Amino acid sequence: MKENKKTYWKGLEQLTNDPEFVKNADQEFPGFTAKKNQSEDGASSRRDFLKMMGFSVAAASLAACEAPVRKAIPYVNKPVDVNPSIPNYYASTFSNGGDYASVVVKTREGRPIKIDGNKLSPITQGGTNAIVEASVLSLYDKARLTGPQINGQAADWASLDAELSSKLAAAGSIKVVTNTVLSPSTERAINQMAERFGDVEQITYDPVSNYGITRASEMYYGTKVLPSYQFENAKVIVSFGADFLGSWISPIVFARQYSKGRKISKENPNMSRHFQFESNLSLTGANADYRTPITASQNGLAVLTLYNLIAQKAGASTAGANNLDLAHLKKAADELWANRGNTLVVSGSNDPNVQVVVHAINELLGNVGNTVDFENPVHYRKGDDSRMSQFVSELNAGRVGAVIFYNCNPVYDFGGGQALAEAISKAKVSVSTSEVKNETAALVQYLAPDHHYLESWNDFNPKKGMYSLSQPTISPLFNTRQAQESFLKWAGNSSSYYDFIREGWQPMFAGQQEMADFQSFWDSCLHDGVYQTTAMEEEATEALSPAGDISAAASAIGSSYKAQASGPELVVYTKVGIGSGTYANNPWLHEMPDPISKATWDNYLTVSQKWANDNGLSMKEGATQMATVTANGVSFAVPVLIQPGQAEGTFGLALGYGRTSAGRVADGLGVNAYALLNAGKGYVSYDITEGVEISLTGEAYRIAQTQTHQTYMGRDFVIQEATLGEYKEDASAGRYHPEIYKDGEFYKPSKISLWSGHKYSQHHWGLAIDMNSCIGCAACTVACQVENNVAVVGKQEVLNRREMAWIRIDRYYSSPEEATSNKELEQAADNPEVTFQPMMCQHCNNAPCETVCPVVATTHSSEGLNQMTYNRCIGTRYCANNCPYKVRRFNWFKYHDNKDFAGVNTAQNDDLGKMVLNPDVTVRARGVMEKCSMCVQRIQAGKLAAKREKRKVKDGDINVACAVACPTEALVFGDMNDPESRVSKMLKIEENSTEAIKEVNEERAYHVLEEINVSPNVWYFTKIRNKDKNEA
Amino acid sequence: MQVTSPVREPLVTGGKTYKDVTNDIARQVEGKPTVGWLLGLAVALGTLLIGSLALVATLWEGIGMWGLNKTVGWAWDITNFVWWVGIGHAGTLISAVLLLFRQKWRTSINRAAEAMTIFAVICAALFPLIHMGRPWIGAIWALPLPNTYGSLWVNFNSPLLWDVFAISTYFSVSLVFWYIGLIPDFATIRDRATGLRKVIYGALSFGWDGAARTWMRYESVSLILAGLATPLVLSVHTIVSFDFATSVIPGWHTTIFPPYFVAGAIFSGFAMVLTLMIVTRKVFKLEDYITIGHIELMNIVIIITGSIVGIAYITEFFMAWYSGVAAEQYAFVNRMFGPYWWAYWSMMTCNVISPQLFWFKKIRTSIAATFILSLVVNIGMWFERFVIIVTSLHRDFLPSSWVMFYPTITDVGVYLFTFGFFFTAFLLFAKFFPVINMAEVKSVLKSSSEKTIK
Repeated sequence: MKENKKTYWKGLEQLTNDPEFVKNADQEFPGFTAKKNQSEDGASSRRDFLKMMGFSVAAASLAACEAPVRKAIPYVNKPVDVNPSIPNYYASTFSNGGDYASVVVKTREGRPIKIDGNKLSPITQGGTNAIVEASVLSLYDKARLTGPQINGQAADWASLDAELSSKLAAAGSIKVVTNTVLSPSTERAINQMAERFGDVEQITYDPVSNYGITRASEMYYGTKVLPSYQFENAKVIVSFGADFLGSWISPIVFARQYSKGRKISKENPNMSRHFQFESNLSLTGANADYRTPITASQNGLAVLTLYNLIAQKAGASTAGANNLDLAHLKKAADELWANRGNTLVVSGSNDPNVQVVVHAINELLGNVGNTVDFENPVHYRKGDDSRMSQFVSELNAGRVGAVIFYNCNPVYDFGGGQALAEAISKAKVSVSTSEVKNETAALVQYLAPDHHYLESWNDFNPKKGMYSLSQPTISPLFNTRQAQESFLKWAGNSSSYYDFIREGWQPMFAGQQEMADFQSFWDSCLHDGVYQTTAMEEEATEALSPAGDISAAASAIGSSYKAQASGPELVVYTKVGIGSGTYANNPWLHEMPDPISKATWDNYLTVSQKWANDNGLSMKEGATQMATVTANGVSFAVPVLIQPGQAEGTFGLALGYGRTSAGRVADGLGVNAYALLNAGKGYVSYDITEGVEISLTGEAYRIAQTQTHQTYMGRDFVIQEATLGEYKEDASAGRYHPEIYKDGEFYKPSKISLWSGHKYSQHHWGLAIDMNSCIGCAACTVACQVENNVAVVGKQEVLNRREMAWIRIDRYYSSPEEATSNKELEQAADNPEVTFQPMMCQHCNNAPCETVCPVVATTHSSEGLNQMTYNRCIGTRYCANNCPYKVRRFNWFKYHDNKDFAGVNTAQNDDLGKMVLNPDVTVRARGVMEKCSMCVQRIQAGKLAAKREKRKVKDGDINVACAVACPTEALVFGDMNDPESRVSKMLKIEENSTEAIKEVNEERAYHVLEEINVSPNVWYFTKIRNKDKNEA
Repeated sequence: MQVTSPVREPLVTGGKTYKDVTNDIARQVEGKPTVGWLLGLAVALGTLLIGSLALVATLWEGIGMWGLNKTVGWAWDITNFVWWVGIGHAGTLISAVLLLFRQKWRTSINRAAEAMTIFAVICAALFPLIHMGRPWIGAIWALPLPNTYGSLWVNFNSPLLWDVFAISTYFSVSLVFWYIGLIPDFATIRDRATGLRKVIYGALSFGWDGAARTWMRYESVSLILAGLATPLVLSVHTIVSFDFATSVIPGWHTTIFPPYFVAGAIFSGFAMVLTLMIVTRKVFKLEDYITIGHIELMNIVIIITGSIVGIAYITEFFMAWYSGVAAEQYAFVNRMFGPYWWAYWSMMTCNVISPQLFWFKKIRTSIAATFILSLVVNIGMWFERFVIIVTSLHRDFLPSSWVMFYPTITDVGVYLFTFGFFFTAFLLFAKFFPVINMAEVKSVLKSSSEKTIK
């Protein structure tokens, strides 16, 4: 369009710029002068009123609509190694007293969110357990102390240091009470205090003590060590109450070793044989081939009898007269002798006399040096029960000037802690470095809270020649300070603990050749997290010289153990989940069902089926009664749980509960069994054989169990098992082969289908689960909870049978052998065989859930996964009903940001707890279904990483959280389309087929519920027991 | 004109004339509410109010307010749903199938039965809606509507989706059928009324003029709708049964379900019609219209359908045994002797044994016995659905997941809500709409004897 250059005037006035016109030119209606803004009297005009009202209404409604402010603050300068959405991994070390695991910490945007095992560690070899997995949540625990305190008042570090330096100097005798300290630098830091203050003594105890073994080593060999054990070398394992897979010394290590001896294949159809003699049904007992329930008072005699049986064979002199006749004990002796040199006998007893006999048995069998190694001892338990109880009386007598509790809680977790509680005030100075104001810290004058281990520098020496480091993975959340740095400060050493550790590692650097400068050496150690050297050993261990004579021990055993119990006996045990109770304020551990009892959120008295029958007690859906337990002068009311396998006449009670000052989650849960213990015999005895009274009160109670049906009802389409002998004859022994009749012929179920089937042209993810390797430890369940932001629902909702776990471990007891009717099959045998079956979404190729969803919220992926689209889900629950494995979980309530669940689901309710959430996984809304995704976020991340590097995904690039956590490698994940993958090889997948339904040649591999042909992508391997014949 | 035998029992007794019919039935609509009716309404509204609390709690807090759990994902919700849908069956059966079969006795009861159907289907439809975790989106996403998510459709494989279609179709057809039938009667009331009432009934009667052509069209539409509705009688419960039959769960995965469910639905529907009619005839003094003859005929339907249901139960057991499938066998043994044995035996007693009493003429012509047994049958049919849903789910394949289901107060409350709604709606209907189809009843006055016409 042409530009119009013409100018138009409104009239001559404008052309002439008439002053009168100009004056009114800006007015819309010059003739009708607008009403003035202000009326004559100054009040607002109607228009103004309307304008103001309009503005106010708009402003008010806008303000009301304002979205809550969510802070997302960008970096001004991006840190070099923090990339949004890209995780960083740091090698570190988990240590809680003597419990040890070398770990790799996953951090996202500077927050640790997941703990995996460190595969480079020669000790834990990438294994973890439930406590290690859950420990990341303890970092974000609201109960943690946020800064130092003096006499209950918040203080600053400078004033605390000033006061303490002078007070400690004036205190006289200073005792540093610790649990086992694995860290050489920590011990050096304590020594620094000794250098400054003179009379400083470190007193070590362990909440779950193995003092008996170290004491026995001293008695028998003259050197106070805890040997290392090699379960993988043992062809025959005999354990007297040692729960080495669940809680004894270092279960992560033992589980890995044990599983190596239990993995079988056609090429190597051999496995260790495991005898267990115990009172409570432990995780280890559940895995044993032959398990004999014995009373606590028989324990010592049983060990002695075994000694005598072996000694007879060896031609050595026997000791003691009272020989027990126990089922399988003679058989165990025969087999031990037949395999001598490659066997292992362990005992969980804390009685040094019993442990002396165990040492002697291993010595007789020639196991020492092979399966029992005193030359390379471990340092997990340095506690000295007798010194500790002596210390309590010294403190009580006022002979201690200052006491420093270094990350320990003896008021709660030392037998006789009550006496300590009263005695603390008698010390002039009392200090605690605990992260939380626990039972002990609540009684001291000075709180100098330590960092969480994920915020700390530290070093560890778990075993002779083995070292590891921990490094901070987040800057301290609170105004806490590394305890060792506090020690150095008080000792007048101003160097940081980091420098102090490095200084301590100089000899190691000097002892190696590969690295030229210390920094490279340090970086390499820090990167790997572990280092192996002999440079730090002060002197070579002397050759062992066994005392040979055990008559003193034998006579001590003879006098303190009896073949027949005189009354009820209480065996105090450690749970796999809660452990010693240090991490009790962690809801993940409470929600984790106990591997054996499947109970959550409680401790309880385990009683035998016979006792329950005699007392007219039965349990239905966790409904039970309370009982009063009296032992060692202490009385409790605890609920009763009927436990098949419990030795008649014995009762079990777990440690770790009854916390009073742990935090919101743990306080008031259960009873504190430590109160029943004491070190009266010179060691803390966990077996109370005298003066125990137990009576039902009749008060009703419900224990929240995730599984209330005990047996698998003889259903071979669920559990398929065989004995080793049968397996050697026929690799498919125990397999159940359903067949479907059609048109005059029998077909494998997979050969008949309505569906045209899927094609997986790229990947086909699958999971193989070896039921022979699975020990039921539940590390996978916690790992899954962490990885997938699975909500914790609390006791009431578990009672309502609504736990959210994506992976569960089904624990089945065998029925009595004579059982034929359904009613009898429902009953567990008195001493049952136990089978563990990890159960998660089976990712069926013909998934029954997918067809029934009305809105296609659950679909099949092109890689064989069954996927949930939470956003699309409307929550009809039809999929869950139609799931034959019952692995789908529904969000019955809003579990996040809901005050009803704030007390239990801390990871999804408070700001601090939410830091642990995995940003790659949605927190599910109320009303939607969820289930195992086979860690699809990890699969995606692995594929993206491979794509970035322009290569195919290799086997091992991607692994699912449960498989990573598994200490026994019972779960193997991989691409079934890749013939080189471990899972393909394990299953012996026939050809490089992209068909959905894979033909596998491994005879042990089976699908649970094969006959309904849902065709899962999860395979199970038959359970093989190393028994002579099928017998319970 | 039909030739009728003078010995045939009259369908309407008391020597009613056309005028009597109009008076007797329109009287209820025109008169003041009776005390009994007001009391009934008060109870119904009270129940509705109490039930609303449970409904609000469910919507506000979540499905967790119910007793459901990880293994039992449906219990009272779907039990109630199937139960109400079943009850709704009688209306269509009576009005459509019996119309096609020229069963004239149906005219006295079809109106109320159809109303019952409509209200029962509304009650039923509530459950699929509120049993969803997220009903606020589910109510929309369960429909095949165009959307902005690309080509995101509903899953046509899902029996739940079939339910959506089945129930909504059934509801629409039943509603239209019922309303069409009401039009001539509304017109009758309109013609007798004055003032506001005349305006309202005038509007409701769609300008009915009573001309021969109008009647002809009315008859044709009724027949067409009856033809359309007849397959629905079979399809609705067939499709509801597919929810179970197409699944893999032992106790659900059964091909016998469609006929068995349809028979059960008619069974329970007739029982509910009887319950309501026995009360209505008494309260509204309609004994001449709803006679013992009607009741007896309905009782015969109950014997037949009850026996079909009984055979179905036994067949299921036979099939479970014959199949050789261990899980299936266990599911059925568990029904009889498992923890929910009482539900199973309640079902057997109420549904199979008690209707057999109707073989005795004395019992099937006794008002009191019929009333009690009609209640028993409905209790039994509720248990049947409970047995199928809960006892099948609570112990399926993997014993590790076996659980018990315990209802909560909210479960009970939501069920009460539907009762409150149903009876409120039915009482309002009984007061403001003619409970008996006057026009059709008039057509059968002559069928027994010419003498009845004065």
